[in-house]
Amino acid sequence: MTTQASKLSEVSKLSDVSSWGRRGRVPHHVLRPSFLDDATAAVADATAALEGDGPPLLAFGLGRSYGDVCLNANGRLLVTDRLDRLQHFDASAGVVRAEAGLSLDHLLRVIVPRGWFLPVTPGTKFVTLGGAVANDVHGKNHEHAGSFGVHVRRLGLFRSTGETLTLSREENAELFAATVGGLGLTGLITWVELDLAPIKSSRLETETIDIPDLDGFFRIAEETSRAGEAWPFTVAWVDCLASGSGLGRGLFMRSRFVPEGGLAVHRDPKITVPLDAPGFLLNGLTMRAFNGLYRNRPFARGRKVQHYDPVFYPLDAIGGWNRLYGKRGFYQHQSVIPFPQARDTVKRLLETTAAAGQGSFLSVLKLMGDRASSGLLSFPRAGATLALDFPDKGEATRGLLLRLAEIVLEAGGRLYPAKDAVMTPEMFRAGYPDWQKVAALRDPRIRSDFWRRVTGEPA
Amino acid sequence: MSAKNILVLGAVSAIAQAYARQRAPSGARFLLVGRDAARLAPIASDLVARGAAGADTAVADLAETDAIETRLAEWRQNFGAPDEVLIAYGALGDQAESEKNLDIARKAIEVGFTSVAMWVLALLKARAPDAPLTLAVIGSVAGDRGRASNFVYGAAKGGLDRFLEGVTHANAGTPVHVVTVKPGFVDTPMTDGLPKGPLFASPDRVAADIVSAIEKRRRVVYTPWFWFVIMTIIRHLPWFVFRRMKI
Repeated sequence: MTTQASKLSEVSKLSDVSSWGRRGRVPHHVLRPSFLDDATAAVADATAALEGDGPPLLAFGLGRSYGDVCLNANGRLLVTDRLDRLQHFDASAGVVRAEAGLSLDHLLRVIVPRGWFLPVTPGTKFVTLGGAVANDVHGKNHEHAGSFGVHVRRLGLFRSTGETLTLSREENAELFAATVGGLGLTGLITWVELDLAPIKSSRLETETIDIPDLDGFFRIAEETSRAGEAWPFTVAWVDCLASGSGLGRGLFMRSRFVPEGGLAVHRDPKITVPLDAPGFLLNGLTMRAFNGLYRNRPFARGRKVQHYDPVFYPLDAIGGWNRLYGKRGFYQHQSVIPFPQARDTVKRLLETTAAAGQGSFLSVLKLMGDRASSGLLSFPRAGATLALDFPDKGEATRGLLLRLAEIVLEAGGRLYPAKDAVMTPEMFRAGYPDWQKVAALRDPRIRSDFWRRVTGEPA
Repeated sequence: MSAKNILVLGAVSAIAQAYARQRAPSGARFLLVGRDAARLAPIASDLVARGAAGADTAVADLAETDAIETRLAEWRQNFGAPDEVLIAYGALGDQAESEKNLDIARKAIEVGFTSVAMWVLALLKARAPDAPLTLAVIGSVAGDRGRASNFVYGAAKGGLDRFLEGVTHANAGTPVHVVTVKPGFVDTPMTDGLPKGPLFASPDRVAADIVSAIEKRRRVVYTPWFWFVIMTIIRHLPWFVFRRMKI
């Protein structure tokens, strides 16, 4: 049998890798170990290689971050998807420990039939546990549950110094805080131990409410917050092409698990986008049409009971949906704005977007709560978060993104590294005042294109 | 159906891991055999976390044909008689090296054909009368026609196919079921040296096809199914065409 170890010791050929935004393919030496000992050997090996003239390393999960937090041009990329074993599952207490390359997709297949769900889930299940920790992802229940990191009990970290560490709020607490949301820069996350949330069925009741404008959003969102856990999951879709009195119009959706309906797991994606959509499909007219149809589609409003898959992961039904943005790829803007300024700032962001006429298909707005994970670089904070995507149309798109970023910064908000491609070092420092603590604890042999961009550190 | 005893020979292989994972939620008991204890342990924990009733491990070099019967007897005592066996170990080998170095060629044939055939014979010999036994053996589409690029590996896999066909014939009417699994390209560490294209299937896909072939009691399964079409064409290409092809 060919052994993996012999291959990992060589520097592999360069292959091109792109992140989810697909704006350009970047050459990397790709390693894909199947066992943790091979993975840690590769991290240690990066040390040896560097003392010569070798390239530094970065862990890469399923490549669902949009910009460059998962890229390391001309360096090594350690792809973790084969490191996906469960290590322990206590189905009575709802605690699971698994290798960090396990996807939420696969984890759900194991835990749902036994009456457990993810305590926090992002809008796609195709992310790894390691990626969820490194980006400290959030979900529709942020106001109640906080971010993913809140539910991480412990995690394993291997550093290029050769140390194998267990991190938690009690043990190596400083490094734990630097690793949750730490963008994979503090070492290789080898395993994650997570508290799960109990469910009685895998179905949710969803109520969809029309929102005529931005005030309508804040009214219903705040009312739903006050109702506490009655509706723990909330999100709004906003028609970002609407302006004037209709600015901020959209649909507000709130959901809760129901007690009956069985514990069926999700199925595989139904359709896959086979090729890049041609660029001419992505114009103001098609987006306007899409936004109008989405808002006015039959049965959009009212209450219904559905499986968790369409509620939490609507885009997962279309494999490779990012190809719909065409060959040039797309940008995403996601920011969070603290409460006192939230409403006015979101208004300005939407006005700026509508005026630029570069609107996106799906714009998402929701409130975030104040339950913080200990992550020093965690994105979520109490306020309102807005996510918009834009097909890459060159300088005009970049200019718009920078204008949006400036508006966010002025209001004391910040951008989400997992989605970002335009943040300047000044914006990063302003948004993440604790960044230097992470810089001090960073593994010197690990590097990402994002980190180089926002710190100006050399390779 | 009561939970099964499943013996996995070559349990560290990517296809075997995917197969065992799909069987685990039914509460099966596993005996995982491979060469590397440090690799078998995390695989066993994974299966238990996924619902397996148990996952024991045993370290063995499966190519050691002299030890086969002793090992089987020992496992039988500690683990019980298997209801289902997956034989998944193997090596892709290197055609060019095999032509230069006869030791490498002989080893490829001994591992890929002789040792597997001996395991099958030993398992059948040890079976109690009337005890059901399912054997799933990983062959390859490479065994369907001798080709310049890998005929040593291909001949071992092709010979295995003939052998298993005979075993099936000999056991017609008994509760013995043998399925030859013929994967095409699979995205595993074994094929990491090859450029990976759209014809590569995931180990999960292959494992699902194995489970389904066992349930449907098929003799041969191509996985994914389109390899049946491809290999039917390749098998039937007339010689004057085939000899000019670089495959």
